Amino acid sequence: MSAGTLAPGTVASPSETPRTVRRRPPAVTGRLGDIALRTSVPVLLLGLWAWGSGSGRIEERIFPSPWSVATTFVDLVRTGVLWDNLSVSIGRVALGFVIGGSLGLLLGTLAGLVRLGDQLLDPTLQMLRTIPFLAVAPLLILWFGIDERPKIIIIATAALFPLYLNTHSAVRNVDRKVLEAGRVFGLRGLALVRQVVLPEAIPGILVGLRVSLSVSLLALIVAELTNAPKGLGFLMTSAQQYYQTDVLVVIIVIYAVWGLSVDLIVRGIERVLLPYKHLGRSA
Amino acid sequence: MSGVHATGVVKRFGDRTILDGFSLDIAPGEFVALLGASGSGKTTFLRILAGLEDHDGGTVDAPGQRTVVFQEPRLVAAKRVRDNVLLGQRPTAQHRKAASAALAEVALAGQERAWPTTLSGGEAQRVALARALVRRPDLLLLDEPFAALDALTRIRMQALVADLVHEHRPAVLLVTHDVDEAILLADRVAVLQDGVVGVEVEVPFARPRRRGVAGFGDLRRRLLAELGVEETIGAA
Repeated sequence: MSAGTLAPGTVASPSETPRTVRRRPPAVTGRLGDIALRTSVPVLLLGLWAWGSGSGRIEERIFPSPWSVATTFVDLVRTGVLWDNLSVSIGRVALGFVIGGSLGLLLGTLAGLVRLGDQLLDPTLQMLRTIPFLAVAPLLILWFGIDERPKIIIIATAALFPLYLNTHSAVRNVDRKVLEAGRVFGLRGLALVRQVVLPEAIPGILVGLRVSLSVSLLALIVAELTNAPKGLGFLMTSAQQYYQTDVLVVIIVIYAVWGLSVDLIVRGIERVLLPYKHLGRSA
Repeated sequence: MSGVHATGVVKRFGDRTILDGFSLDIAPGEFVALLGASGSGKTTFLRILAGLEDHDGGTVDAPGQRTVVFQEPRLVAAKRVRDNVLLGQRPTAQHRKAASAALAEVALAGQERAWPTTLSGGEAQRVALARALVRRPDLLLLDEPFAALDALTRIRMQALVADLVHEHRPAVLLVTHDVDEAILLADRVAVLQDGVVGVEVEVPFARPRRRGVAGFGDLRRRLLAELGVEETIGAA
């Protein structure tokens, strides 16, 4: 059981993010060469797409050409159709996420901190989380009708669990020794939570935030596919009915950009809340 | 400022009795080292004094203002060095100034805004020391604070603690298994054996102390013998 048998970068505890990830040496060195190599495959794929559409090998009706996707995008923006629907979707996710996310954060902190809370909440939530939230959607629609409510509830449910689980384990796994030091220096109750527990748990909570935001997007797509009078999903359903593959591709790209933005936002939050994260000594 | 009075302290973990009528007094401003083999209960007694552990019998009187330096720095990673020193205190201008002064005392002046993750082990432990001293404690509890440091850093850190204790004059309980360290730092050394203080020795050497001083070796051998260690290597 020597420490030497563990490869560097191997991290046993799931609550810790690996600090050192060993990279293979790059095949091409130099910054420009590196960038060129990394972008080569996506560029090649785009080129193939353009060539296929231009030469008629890809049928426009099945998969639209890059330029028709671009013109459709510009049209959707200019007519305001895109923003009309996108803003509704953003509003739904925002509301659902705020409700579900803050509930997850609150319950996770409570169950992580207080034994009674853990006993009361955790078994139930662990049980409920095994239900795929998408499976509940039809039931929710039956219960709450086809207006905004079931959509918000689906998104909130989806956002709740990742934040609950990660907050719960992050709070529980705060180093007991550091907690003890906090107590020795006079911190009790809420002050201890605010000054030691939550700051120490932030890295884990942010992991939950990232997953929660991504899952909210999935929930949005599902929620909007049934009876939405507005939103990206509505745009998709109607595009599907009228065989507007170009609109479909535009929306798929928007979903992708959305997912990417979520990542960037969480990274930004990380930079603000965890400025020490990138400063660590390698020891 | 009444010092520590512990009389007949009993502590059990399950059916194991760790402290069995343990008694120890520390006068205000006195530096006592508690020696013991690992598992002897010396850290348990320190934790009882710190209020981190209950005891099952006896009486313990300790001053209200007491602070601890643990074996590990135990800093909050998400707080800058100064905020770690101020942990549990209001960040008033006065406290901030005191924190900066405490950091200067442990040779970390100007490191107020550094993050704990960027510090070396010795530096982090010095922050922990500043955090313990900034409150002007009546009782300073040192729980093997040098054990995790490398040999060179340990020597520097011991000298630093000796200086600062001399200046601030709190009552000190140092828990350690390092006999040299106990002799170098303490006014009095107590050896914990079978749940009670077996032997107590006043350290006769004037300060500042050096390892080589006459009588050091004898005292060292005597204390090691009390701990059941015969320090002769290569005799066979």
